Amino acid sequence: MSTPNNLIEKTEVEGRKLSIVEALREALQEEMRRDERVILLGEDIGIKGGFGGAFTVTLGLSEEFGSQRVLDTPISEAGFTGIAVGAALGGLRPVADVQYGDFLFLAMDQLANHAAKLRYMSGGKLKVPMVMRAPVGATTRGAQHGQSLESHFMHVPGLRVACPSNPYDAKGLLKTAIRMNDPVIFFEHKLLYGSKGSRKEAGGLELFGTVPREEYLLPFGQASRVRQGRDVTIVANLLMVHKSLLAAKTLAEQSIEAEVIDVRTLVPFDWETVFESVSRTGRLIIVHEDTLTGGWGAEVAARVADSCIGYLQGPIRRVTAPDTPVPFAPVMENFFVPSVEKIVNAVKEICQ
Amino acid sequence: MNQSLLTRERRLGMYRKMLLCRMFEDRVNSLFLQGRMPGTIHQAQGQEASAVGVCEALQVGDMLTSTHRPHEHAVARGIPVKFLMAELFAKSTGCCHGKGGSMHMGDAELGMLPAIAIVGGGVPLAAGYALSFKYLKKPSVAACFFGDGAVNQGVFHETINMAAIWDLPVVFVCENNKYGASTVIDSVMKVKTVSARASAYGIPGKTVDGNDVFEVYRATLEAADRARTGQGPTLLELETYRFAGHSRSDPGHYRSKEEVAAWKKRDPIVRFETDALSSGLLTEPEIVDYRASVEAELNDAVAFAESSPSPFAEECLTDVYAE
Repeated sequence: MSTPNNLIEKTEVEGRKLSIVEALREALQEEMRRDERVILLGEDIGIKGGFGGAFTVTLGLSEEFGSQRVLDTPISEAGFTGIAVGAALGGLRPVADVQYGDFLFLAMDQLANHAAKLRYMSGGKLKVPMVMRAPVGATTRGAQHGQSLESHFMHVPGLRVACPSNPYDAKGLLKTAIRMNDPVIFFEHKLLYGSKGSRKEAGGLELFGTVPREEYLLPFGQASRVRQGRDVTIVANLLMVHKSLLAAKTLAEQSIEAEVIDVRTLVPFDWETVFESVSRTGRLIIVHEDTLTGGWGAEVAARVADSCIGYLQGPIRRVTAPDTPVPFAPVMENFFVPSVEKIVNAVKEICQ
Repeated sequence: MNQSLLTRERRLGMYRKMLLCRMFEDRVNSLFLQGRMPGTIHQAQGQEASAVGVCEALQVGDMLTSTHRPHEHAVARGIPVKFLMAELFAKSTGCCHGKGGSMHMGDAELGMLPAIAIVGGGVPLAAGYALSFKYLKKPSVAACFFGDGAVNQGVFHETINMAAIWDLPVVFVCENNKYGASTVIDSVMKVKTVSARASAYGIPGKTVDGNDVFEVYRATLEAADRARTGQGPTLLELETYRFAGHSRSDPGHYRSKEEVAAWKKRDPIVRFETDALSSGLLTEPEIVDYRASVEAELNDAVAFAESSPSPFAEECLTDVYAE
């Protein structure tokens, strides 16, 4: 898979080429320099001689900020997530991370019952300004290290959900997430990281994006139209944005012009951009690596059917993983993860 | 403890707080049975010495976390009973504006996080507060109430271990009332005491008579001082008993009449009054006066709650996000 570099809204940005790992690290570093209350918690994130977390995002930060601000925890996801929630209530801005998103299930009570609900339960008196970073995506590690979990968290009122697809968005959204007064679940795709050395991910994209030298923030709730087109709208997130762009390229050779929308954040969701696009193209494909049933694509399909039914010229299609655990064998994993070909075929079906 | 170290006013203040806790619970019970408040309630009659002894050892700026059985904790922490009563009546003047209810009463601005009704769920939150206190160099501590039912939850172990390795200023307080709902603690824990587990985390653990308000106060003060001076957490176990069932729907058939009767003889309020009468701290007429004054405070609280407005239905939609 080659690198798509046609993120049209970024073409005028000047800066350096960074990977997502570097962009995320810069975001953490800048926010930690700016605000003493920002601390990091996680497993293997600051160990001297270690690797800076499972995917090197926090590499070097403990040298600059010390072990009081880069807290290496025991393998106790539920416990340290709850401690992050409590610390946020107490006035800090913790950024916790799990090595693999799958481990969020261990911390589910703390995220879904406490972080998400304390503001509400208190009648609006409390705020929980914390970020939980979580790598997702199938990368030949099988069923417990490869899930895409965005939909689970989108379904919990009180949580914000971000899922950037490129370095520029990753940095701008993480900085915003750290400054937000709500708990944010921040999903990062393993194949988009661009980690180097022994932590380099097999099959990862050679994804580098232009990131300004100057500070910037990106708002939540603003999708990005990464390709313009008149015939069909493709809505995607994370790795699937890149696959959708490749599909759009193939489709263009067959005279089908696809518009590709990167949702960037799922909560809040930029419904207006999707509705506006669908009302022009009349056709909608949703692509996510999460499994089909109850996935976030179902919500998009329902909302579009509700708001844009008069504009639709064909059925809404979802291109997603099937309703199975993530398999191990590459031949099965390649079947599991939505492919460019499947996206192309789905578009052609509804454009006939 | 040597009670003479405490002023007369302080000792009587603790007595009145215990009375307020007990009579609040009794009043809530009767209002609930009259159908005047929605939901369910988990009552704590019998555990007043634990609630008051712990809260008396806390200071302004300290943070208390609680459980699904939080009424007495909230009263003891000093949240005005009218705001607690209004919350139980589901009124907009309640401490959580009617969005919390019985199981989430509390007010962080007054030193008590809205109670956490997931068993064990509040334990890491207390440690997180403690982390923020330590990091921000505040002289505060977090105190965390949980029942014996919580000590077999994973987060209990995970959190106490982390609090220990980081020397966090937190006091873990197990109110061991012997039963997690209907399950007796002996059947789900092999060691004899909860406090024995402290050794597994390398911190002090202590079991004290949870129905003696002065013993509870002394043990908590010692643990809080330890926490406040950077020496880390303590695991306290307060042996106590709830006179009522687990919740309103529980008649408590799993406990023998003899057991309940034996514990009623150790009623913390009766004990206090008996000792106070014999030592001359209180006279019979003074006890009558105290009860009348608490009764009046509760009458006012009920009147306040009943005359308060309900929240608007559409307020269901607010306070989900901060921005």
